[in-house]
Amino acid sequence: MDILVYALYIVAFAMFILGLSGLTAPRSAVRGNKIAAAGMAVAFVATLIHIRETGSWLIIIIALIVGVVIGIPPARRVKMTAVPQLVALFNGVGGGTVALIAWGEFIDSDGFTGLHAASGPVLPLVIASLFAAIIGSLSFWGSIVAFLKLQQILPGHPLSVGRLQQPLNAILFLGSVVAAVIVGIGSVGTGADPVWFGAILVVAGVLGVTTVLPIGGADMPVVISLLNALTGLSAAAAGLALNNIAMIVAGMIVGASGTILTNLMAKAMNRSILSIVAGGFGGAKGAAAASSGDQIAKSTSAADAAIKLAYANQVIIVPGYGLAVAQAQHAVKDMAKVLEARGIEVKFAIHPVAGRMPGHMNVLLAEADVSYDAMKEMDDINGEFSRTDVTIVIGANDVTNPAARSDPNSPIFGMPVLNVTESRSVIVLKRSMSSGFAGIENPLFFGENTTMLFGDAKKSVAQVTEELKAL
Amino acid sequence: MDYTGFLANIAILVLSGFIGFAVISKVPNTLHTPLMSGTNAIHGIVVLGALVVLGTAENPGLPLQIISFVAIVFGTVNVIGGFVVTDRMLAMFKTRPTASTDGKN
Repeated sequence: MDILVYALYIVAFAMFILGLSGLTAPRSAVRGNKIAAAGMAVAFVATLIHIRETGSWLIIIIALIVGVVIGIPPARRVKMTAVPQLVALFNGVGGGTVALIAWGEFIDSDGFTGLHAASGPVLPLVIASLFAAIIGSLSFWGSIVAFLKLQQILPGHPLSVGRLQQPLNAILFLGSVVAAVIVGIGSVGTGADPVWFGAILVVAGVLGVTTVLPIGGADMPVVISLLNALTGLSAAAAGLALNNIAMIVAGMIVGASGTILTNLMAKAMNRSILSIVAGGFGGAKGAAAASSGDQIAKSTSAADAAIKLAYANQVIIVPGYGLAVAQAQHAVKDMAKVLEARGIEVKFAIHPVAGRMPGHMNVLLAEADVSYDAMKEMDDINGEFSRTDVTIVIGANDVTNPAARSDPNSPIFGMPVLNVTESRSVIVLKRSMSSGFAGIENPLFFGENTTMLFGDAKKSVAQVTEELKAL
Repeated sequence: MDYTGFLANIAILVLSGFIGFAVISKVPNTLHTPLMSGTNAIHGIVVLGALVVLGTAENPGLPLQIISFVAIVFGTVNVIGGFVVTDRMLAMFKTRPTASTDGKN
């Protein structure tokens, strides 16, 4: 029977790898996801066979039903704007599971002393479990904070205790490691006091909170990706401790791919993962705000904007989180259609970290049937702005901030941005003059060829479209 | 588990890491969000760990039962929710090619 379980696990992780490689191309992505899900079902059945003699069926069945009932409705009903926080939440509960598994093992093996009764490598297994406990708890609480920030229950801008932040995090990290060492040493004797295991979970949890709280703005997607990778690593560690190859393979693949994804995103912003985790944008905020203190932004009307657009040859649309919030993707597609009907070239410039997650804008625009070919990545389109008559910025802010190129004092100096200021004129659709998620002023709004169209993005776009049709 | 088994697991761990790197390094930006969501669903595999801990414990006490219960609920939410939301995201890419050329000059 155990051979059957092992064989099924091998089938399962082969399907994960197959499914994941499917997810890397648009055409095979849907199937890839289904293959991975089917692999999960196989692994699940194998595990049920493995534990078939358990006396805990009632608890297991009830827990599975509760999990399905809680998990499916939000996944089915969530608006596409809220997907990032939902992914953060799902990632968090995954991390929570890992931490709880480690805790369960601690209890079941009397403080890991039970492991010493068997022959073989004890220390590595104890270390793997303790690693899983620390990272799992960190990922759980970090993801909860990320969720609360993206859901705007907590403010989106960085919250930190200033210069003490890094020493504080270092102390918390050391504290969780010390508690883990005490539990590890205890496992050789009669088992450490359970208080110490609790201390690991609590201190690592606090570390998760204090690590994510100071992070804001465009760094948020990077953090979710990093937490996702960490949960994967902790799952692999838990798999080592439990001698479960499906968990080892799946966890490690997620850990590796998540690290790559995190790195790609950090690179897109010309920042290192370390500097993001260590800092947030907090420090230089004052300087940025002062530089554009008493400038005045010019506002425009839908009719004026429509006239400008009507006589353009090429229009670039820069979508951002504001488009997602206003659910303006269909309105934007309608406007693009009207423009194209007039023979105007319409392109979409997608910054790698526009919105709250990489690819967030692509998903939204794809929902509105905007073609892949019209969506240009930053490097492909940055040369085009100088040849563009009108650039429409819809609810994007930090990713268009010219200070990132020109002002060494800006907190986002060095981050690659879309060079919208090079186009002949820029129309910025925005609800108000408030600054972006990062809390940084944007000199673009005060630029000579910039006009602001205030209001809800969806309504503004619809108005412009109406005016265009009337012309 | 003996040392050979443990070392075999470490070998699997290392190879999986390389596979993760190799498979993912060629993803278009467009698919980053679904991919993050998809990998997020896959690490929901931790629900198996929760099942194993509870399922292999002899006479689990109340604390272990409670912890395992919560762990299984969390893990199930992660895995089911993750795959469903990924599927929804990807469904949006399906109808795309028909709209790609209309109105373009």
